[in-house]
Amino acid sequence: MPVIRIAEKPVNVNEEGFMTQYDEWNEEIAKELAAQIEIPLTEEHWKIIKFLREDFKVQGETATSRRVQTVGGVPVKEQFALFPKKPAKKMAYIAGLPKPKGCV
Amino acid sequence: MRRKLVVLGGGTAGTMVVNKLYKKLDKRDWSITVIDRDNKHLYQPGLLLLPFGVYTPEELVKDKDRFFPKGVEYRRTGVDHVDPENNRIFLEDGQVVEYDQLVIATGTTPRPDQTPGMDDPAVWRKSIFDFYTFEGSVALKEALDNFTGGRLVIHISEMPIKCPVAPLEFAFLADAYFTERKMREKVEITYVTPLEGAFTKPVCSRQLSYMLTDRHISLEPDFVIEHIDPESKVMISMDEREIPFDLLVTVPVNMGADFIGRSGLGDDLNYVPVSKETFLSKKYENIFALGDASDIPASKAGSVAHFAVDLFAENFMQHIHGRHMTHNFDGHANCFIESGNGKGLLIDFNYQVEPLSGMFPIPIVGPFPLLKESRLNHMGKLAFRWIYWNLLLKARWIPIPSLMSMKGKRQVEIKKGVEVNASN
Repeated sequence: MPVIRIAEKPVNVNEEGFMTQYDEWNEEIAKELAAQIEIPLTEEHWKIIKFLREDFKVQGETATSRRVQTVGGVPVKEQFALFPKKPAKKMAYIAGLPKPKGCV
Repeated sequence: MRRKLVVLGGGTAGTMVVNKLYKKLDKRDWSITVIDRDNKHLYQPGLLLLPFGVYTPEELVKDKDRFFPKGVEYRRTGVDHVDPENNRIFLEDGQVVEYDQLVIATGTTPRPDQTPGMDDPAVWRKSIFDFYTFEGSVALKEALDNFTGGRLVIHISEMPIKCPVAPLEFAFLADAYFTERKMREKVEITYVTPLEGAFTKPVCSRQLSYMLTDRHISLEPDFVIEHIDPESKVMISMDEREIPFDLLVTVPVNMGADFIGRSGLGDDLNYVPVSKETFLSKKYENIFALGDASDIPASKAGSVAHFAVDLFAENFMQHIHGRHMTHNFDGHANCFIESGNGKGLLIDFNYQVEPLSGMFPIPIVGPFPLLKESRLNHMGKLAFRWIYWNLLLKARWIPIPSLMSMKGKRQVEIKKGVEVNASN
C-alpha cells in the first residue's frame, strides 16, 4: 500500500487514498483531506468527524449514516447538507476511516 | 439436572446449529430446544430465481421440524422477550423457558414500514415488490409476467441487507428475461444503490463494471431514500433526487427481530452485537448470535452462516467446559452470482481479502472460475439446492473449508499511484 505525505507527515493510504492506519490521523491531516475534496470544516462537521473517530475506536467499524443519526445525533439529511452527494464516503475519508463497502 | 441449550429460530443457521450440537453434546448432560413460530423452512436462494420461473413455489418450502434431530424439542411459538439477567425467555404463548446457553438465530426481515410511502396499500405488491419474502417473490413473478414495458427500477434501501449481491443478480436476470421475451427495448432498467456504485471493492470494480454497461442497465449511486410518493410513483432521496418507476423491485431496510430490541439485546437495527470471531454476545457470557441475526461485518448469507456454525460448534464445546474459544471465524463467504443466460460467477472472500479472480478448487467437480461468467458456476448455483436440503442443513460434510484459502486465487496488483476518488 502507498505512503504519501499529508500535512507534512508520512501517511499510509489505500489505492483510493483512504487512510489505513487509525493512529496516523490528526486534525491537521483531516483539514488537508477536507480541503482536497472541497469541504470547508465547520463545528458541525467536526462534531461528526469526532463522533466517527470515537465510535470506530469502540466498534472497530466505520459508523453508518443511520448510526451517525441515531447515536451521533446528526440526521441523515443534515449529513447530506454538510458532505454533499456522498456523505458516508466523504465523512470516512476525512476521519481517516474505511469507506462503506458492499461485498463485491 | 440436565443443562439447557435453547436455540431461537429454526431457519438456516438455527437448524445447522442444532444438528451440529446434537452430534457433539452428551445427551445425559444437555437438552436442546428450538423455538420458532413458523414451521415453514424456505430455501431462500430460490426466492431470487422464482420470479423468473426457475422454481415453482412448492420447490422452495419444506417443514422445518423434519430437519431437527429426533431428540430435539421443538416449540412452535414466538418470543415476546428475553430476560438475559435471569436466563429466561418469555414466549408469545405465555410460557416461560429457562436456559443455560442461548443461541439467537432469528435472522433478518425486510421492513417496508421503515420507509415512508413504501408499504402504502395503493402501491405495495402492486407496483412495489420485495423478493426476499415468499409472498413478495410469488407476487413479483406475476408482476413480471404481466409487465408490458416501462421503467423497472431495482433498489437497495440501506445496508446491511440479506445477500448483498442479490439485487444485482436480479438486474442481470431481468435483462435476460426481457430479452428472451423479445421486449428488452421496451424496458428501461435502472439500478439504484446507497453505496458509491454497484461494485465497491477494487478488483470487482475493475473486472465487473462491464456487466452493467453491456446490458444497458443504468446506475444511480449514492441514493439514500427518504420517501416514496405512492401517487406519482417516484422515489425521493435525502438530497432531493427523484427516480420515477413503473415497477419498483426494492430491498427494504432489513432489521433483526423485534424481540431482540425489546430485550435490550440489539443495536439500532435489532442485530445482536457479538464478537466477529466467536459470535459470543459482547454483553452476556451465555448468549451467542448466529446467521443474519448478528452484527458481524460479513455478508448476511447462508454460506457465511454455514462456515460460522462449523467453527461455532467447536467453540461452543470449549466454552461450556470453561476453556478459551480458539476457532476464530475469518468472515469467509462463498457465493454463486447469477448473471443471466445460463451463466454465473463465483466469489470467495473474507473480512480481510476482497473477492479475487482465479480458480476455486472443489474436489471431484471443480475447479470453478472465480469472478468470471461461466456455465459451470450457474450449474453450481442450481446444484446447491440439493446440497442445501440434503447436506448443509443436516450438518453433513461439504468439501469447502470453513476458513478462506488463497489457493487458486490471483493476488491483487497494488497500483503505485494514488487516486483520491472521494470527491468524484
